[in-house]
Amino acid sequence: MSSAQLEIQIIASLVAIACAIPGTFLVLRKMAMISDAISHSILPGLVIGFFITQDLNSPLLILLAALTGVLTVVMVEKIQQTKLVKEDTAIGLVFPALFSIGVIMIAKYANDIHLDIDAVLLGELAFTPFDRIYYDGFDLGPKSMWVIGIILLITITLLLAFYKELKISTFDAGLATSLGFSPAIIHYGLMSVASVTTVGAFDAVGAILVVALMIAPAASAYLLTTNLTKMILLACFFGVFSAVAGYWAANYLDASIAGSIATMLGVVFLIVYLFAPSKGLFAVLYREKQQRIEVSLITFILHLKNHHEVKERHVHHLNEHINWQKIRSKTVLNLGLKNNLFTIQHGIVSLTEKGNEFTTRAIDYIITNEDSQIEDMKDDFFLFRG
Amino acid sequence: MDIVEYIKLVFSDYTLRTITLGTAVLGGVTGMLGSFAVLRKQSLLGDAISHAALPGIAIAFLITGSKDTNVLLIGALISGLIGTLWIRGITTKTHLKSDTALGLILSVFFGFGMLLLTFIQKQPNANQAGLDKYLFGQAATLVESDVWLMSIVTGLCLIVLLLFWKEFKILLFDKDYAQTLGFNTKFIDLLITSFIVLAIVLGLQTVGVVLMSAMLLAPAAAARQWTNSLGLMVFLAAILGASAGVFGTAISSTQNNLSTGPVIVLVASVFVLFSFIFSPTRGLLFKQIRLIQNRNDLEFQKTLAFMYHIIEDHEDSSHPHAIKILNNFQGYSRKGLRQLVNKNYVTLHGNMWSLTPAGVKAATNMYNQNLKDE
Repeated sequence: MSSAQLEIQIIASLVAIACAIPGTFLVLRKMAMISDAISHSILPGLVIGFFITQDLNSPLLILLAALTGVLTVVMVEKIQQTKLVKEDTAIGLVFPALFSIGVIMIAKYANDIHLDIDAVLLGELAFTPFDRIYYDGFDLGPKSMWVIGIILLITITLLLAFYKELKISTFDAGLATSLGFSPAIIHYGLMSVASVTTVGAFDAVGAILVVALMIAPAASAYLLTTNLTKMILLACFFGVFSAVAGYWAANYLDASIAGSIATMLGVVFLIVYLFAPSKGLFAVLYREKQQRIEVSLITFILHLKNHHEVKERHVHHLNEHINWQKIRSKTVLNLGLKNNLFTIQHGIVSLTEKGNEFTTRAIDYIITNEDSQIEDMKDDFFLFRG
Repeated sequence: MDIVEYIKLVFSDYTLRTITLGTAVLGGVTGMLGSFAVLRKQSLLGDAISHAALPGIAIAFLITGSKDTNVLLIGALISGLIGTLWIRGITTKTHLKSDTALGLILSVFFGFGMLLLTFIQKQPNANQAGLDKYLFGQAATLVESDVWLMSIVTGLCLIVLLLFWKEFKILLFDKDYAQTLGFNTKFIDLLITSFIVLAIVLGLQTVGVVLMSAMLLAPAAAARQWTNSLGLMVFLAAILGASAGVFGTAISSTQNNLSTGPVIVLVASVFVLFSFIFSPTRGLLFKQIRLIQNRNDLEFQKTLAFMYHIIEDHEDSSHPHAIKILNNFQGYSRKGLRQLVNKNYVTLHGNMWSLTPAGVKAATNMYNQNLKDE
């Protein structure tokens, strides 16, 4: 591994962490699409900054672009406040318009400069090691590393300083207000951080990867934990993992590093989405199936309780009367037998004492209809779940 | 170039005619379908789909090795649909909200598409040049067959809309009711989503990935301000979308170095801005005017009510009082007072006012009405 390769991975990892932190809060606050809007609409800010300074490396560019990002958020909110359209429509109206202005300005007045739209959207991580900072002839490392490093430092400082405020205003804006800190300040603070991070990162990795790095790790982490601190740490881990793995995949395929990292983020999310222990797709489907069978079982024993006559309690009756498929009735019967809710003699089903008690309580539940009570009851009575 | 000359050119010049027709048809169909996206609160779905279509284009090229528009569009359609279905899977089966799902699919699919595109570029002997026109769109690459394809899809879409109009409408405004009526809501849902995906995919070539979402939203958002009827909204949105296409093409073709896509989007944005401000019932301008009118009305009535309370303690209702007294209560405005005089409810003598019989009557009525309202 050459030093350039190492530097690229370090920069990508720094960007990943710097994006994952504000990204976590954006996902939790249901504002994930704002990052997409910001990443596109900073374009005119960059172009205007370039017109003023005629220098692509000027800090004014970053400042103006970040301001455009915050301006986007303000515009979206203003449009939303008029109640003429919903929030998502407001987002969808603002950023393409600003992006169009940026594209037109570039095409019209700045066609010959390096600021072409491909680079803006896609970035070029592979070139970052060539753009270095020298002090007195001494090599200080790639410029991007410094830019994103400083942004990350500020982000972490702000996160540690305002962790409590961020947490409360994210989960309970009303409580935050009553405790005396303004959710608006926190909101705009978060938006500013997201905006600055986007600008700082996209020079290296491009607009789309910024969005991917903000949302995908946070979304994956969200499916694995309910603890905010753990979620932030997990998101950072997923981001760094995808950055490094993505880099090597790109190296192997000889393709875009940014695209490869985004793909890796997608793969990580897909795995988490499918296999997360309690919130993953398979877990959810399994739970749904389990509940369906248990509901069927409860329906069946309620039927048993209602009917003492032998004919109504025959096993075949399940298929005829309740209209179940063979396999389903078998599963239901097995579950009931395993849990000792009823016994079967010569094809006749009769409730056991335990089954009787459960049914009585279940009827109580249906009458009072208190939520969650039935789950507790299942825990009490069921040795095996469906 | 003046307007007459331009119009002549539109009819005589093949390229200009194709582009104008193409953008008009595209604007029409996206406007039409965008209305449904906006009303279903799926505004950003267009953004996500247009990004999610990219890997499909790349994969279609990798498999077939052809740059035929139709083949690439089928690839885009499939990957767009996969993206849409995955978004639905995320929002229905996990706790993640729709905005997270959208942003995630959008960026990850697009990143994957970029990976494939750069991978293709590095392949030897592949004539891959031109694939990236789908990124930013190049209206200039439109040819007659593309316009035909768009028109066919638009026609198809119109027929389906007319056939399923009732179902779409019920699904939009009351999904549960649609279900109880026995409509297959899943099928209708899939149908409308597929058409939205199809329209977006068609637009990729013209305006590109990034700006496609605006094409879908802007005409619909503008049309929404002018009407409360779904039919009219869809019709208006189609007209506005088509005009944005025509005007945008016209503006960009009269200037050097102006790409068509962004100009169309900006024209559409101007439509939205205009509608936001000037629509008679929902527009900001008239809303503000109504607000000021109501405020004046309230002030006028407030002053009258105070005057009435003052004279209640007097036997002679026309007994003059100093204007200063009104200040002891929460005041009055010169304008309100002048209005009262104009309506002949009050007579002014220097700094003294007195209610006229007409004023007393109006004030009593107002008071009675208040009582009645309570």
